[in-house]
Amino acid sequence: METQAATSPETVPSKTEKHPSGDSRFRILEVFAKRHGCRQDALIEILHKAQELFGFLDEGLLLFIARTLKLPPSRVFGVATFYHHFTLTPQGEHTCVVCMGTACYVKGADRLLATVEKASGIKAGETTSDAKLSLLTARCIGACGIAPAVVYDGEVTPRQTPQAVTERIKAWLNHGSH
Amino acid sequence: MDHIDLLETKNRELRTRKPLCLRVCMAAGCMSSNGQAVKDSLEKEIRAAGLADQVEVRRVGCLRLCCEGPLVASDPKGELYQKVTPDDAHAVVAALKNGNGELKRGDLQHPFFSRQMSIVLENSGVVDPERIESYIAADGYQALHHALMEMEPKDVVDTVFRSGLRGRGGAGYPTGLKWSTVAKTSGDRKFVVCNADEGDPGAFMDRSVLESDPQRVLEGMAIAAYAVGATQGYIYVRAEYPLAIARLNTAIRQAKQLGLLGGGIFESGFTFNVEIRIGAGAFVCGEETALLASVEGRRGTPRPRPPFPAESGLWGMPTLINNVETFANVPPILRRGAEWFAGIGTQQSKGTKVFALAGKIQRTGLIEVPMGMPLRTIVEEIGGGAPEGNQIKAVQTGGPSGGCIPANELDTPVDYESLVRLGSIMGSGGMIVMDQSTDMVDVARFFMGFCMDESCGKCIPCRAGTVQMHALLEKILKGQATLRDLQRLEELCDMVKNTSLCGLGQTAPNPVLSTLRFFREEYLHRLRSLPISPGIPILPNGSHHGPPVAEAAKT
Repeated sequence: METQAATSPETVPSKTEKHPSGDSRFRILEVFAKRHGCRQDALIEILHKAQELFGFLDEGLLLFIARTLKLPPSRVFGVATFYHHFTLTPQGEHTCVVCMGTACYVKGADRLLATVEKASGIKAGETTSDAKLSLLTARCIGACGIAPAVVYDGEVTPRQTPQAVTERIKAWLNHGSH
Repeated sequence: MDHIDLLETKNRELRTRKPLCLRVCMAAGCMSSNGQAVKDSLEKEIRAAGLADQVEVRRVGCLRLCCEGPLVASDPKGELYQKVTPDDAHAVVAALKNGNGELKRGDLQHPFFSRQMSIVLENSGVVDPERIESYIAADGYQALHHALMEMEPKDVVDTVFRSGLRGRGGAGYPTGLKWSTVAKTSGDRKFVVCNADEGDPGAFMDRSVLESDPQRVLEGMAIAAYAVGATQGYIYVRAEYPLAIARLNTAIRQAKQLGLLGGGIFESGFTFNVEIRIGAGAFVCGEETALLASVEGRRGTPRPRPPFPAESGLWGMPTLINNVETFANVPPILRRGAEWFAGIGTQQSKGTKVFALAGKIQRTGLIEVPMGMPLRTIVEEIGGGAPEGNQIKAVQTGGPSGGCIPANELDTPVDYESLVRLGSIMGSGGMIVMDQSTDMVDVARFFMGFCMDESCGKCIPCRAGTVQMHALLEKILKGQATLRDLQRLEELCDMVKNTSLCGLGQTAPNPVLSTLRFFREEYLHRLRSLPISPGIPILPNGSHHGPPVAEAAKT
């Protein structure tokens, strides 16, 4: 999955600046790593935890993980960029994941995606400039029985139509911008 | 825990059961259709009606007919309610007392249910996936006890071998043979790995098994570990399946508490621990050597085989890798015997297969049928055919590694060999039905786009070949290709198939090859040098008519 650097760095401040002076999430991450014995084969588990805590993996965070597990940074960057699940850019306030699995696709997922792209003005893999919405695609979320499915902020929603997705997206984008 | 404790747990669970039971589907499909609110509402209604000591509201796994969810089954009435809303709670509870409320009742005599045969899914929709006692009440862990106490490891391998069970992940390698290789190979440590990285788009069998009956998979893994001499297991699950991960975590914790995992299982000398490894979104990790690299915390790239993981797997140690459904078949085989299992299915393909039925079909959901059932029975009888009187055009099996089987081959029995003869594969069990409105070249392009994105980049034929094939398919779809381009596409298919490092590349051309084989005219009609077919209009700007292609071409 492409992760374009669509947002300016100001929209979400880098979390690493507070470190080591006190961002407690680093401490939580360290404890998590220790629970895995700081084993190098737990790298993916630790990246999952880091993304859960911070929302995305920036350079400082990846270097911190490399130091904690005593791994070369190249190995940590290599793994973090290999897997689609990990994102190195900040995500928007809301996420919309359009499932592009075969069952959803034959039931019009491509039209849903085009609808969201039109309504939001961004492409799959991008985040709106006001950091309200990140648009993503999934290869298959396994909800084929209720296709086409869209995941709004982690909530799988069945049998979506272009009208339904437009409503959801518009509500998010307009919210708070008077 | 010993055998007496196991039986006591079972009896206590059965003894304390209430006379009436509402089973509420709490698998991912129904959950996303408001299943949790339905369950909460039913519980509230039962308390309000003062029936709490008579009626159990049980959280269960998949009740299979996903398209009609949320589903609620009522025992002992034997009724199934479909599209239940929280407001229906009153009517559901009234129906328990023979009230006749307004409810959408499902027909359990419909072939969708009556033509199925449950082995892997026998507990799905029956047991509570978050309570180990519920699994034990359904004879859970009896097979493990039997294996540990009454069988030598080699007898377990032999039983699995004689059952004829073949790998359910796709390729169909004989499971017993794989087990015996790992058992024979010596190593300081051995590992058992469960491949739950169900990456094929359109497949949700393994997700359903893990969400509905996670203990069965753990029991199957423990039996395998005893048979091959392993002490540590890993389950590699996709991050996209959060509910399956949560239920597996609960299952592992509960099994440990009861002494059914960990040290000295059933007070024997056998030790087996299981850890979950969460995937991170890489289709190639379904390939076994890539999966092992990922379990070790590295980039999920495959390596050449041999050596096979059975000889040199995790950290160079002998490693057994089987798919979720394969492990789920093991406890019933040990409980009921190899001969029983071998009596189901065809000569070459034994037992049943779980399929995820989806796409342009009336009844979508999870099905389990005996091997050898004709595809026609599955899609027309069980699935009810295409909706709104449309015609089925093709059935896609095997995901991006499989192919499209045309409507005139629907009488083909579903077994490993027959599907391969048609240029498809059994695959893990995704079955997507396509109707007349589906454009087969677009389908080929869709799968090629998938393989292109998912190619790990390690070997050139796959990395570069998929990009070139995708570009050629785009060109054909836009009506800009010539016969020479089609020839080049076929040459590339042949090259990528024969020279790629792993299964991803070797099978990436399959969707193109199978659509070329059965729907060649759809390709030919789009070529520039040939007359335009009235059925497939070409727009003046050269793009194909219709939304799917026109819009997808921009992305």
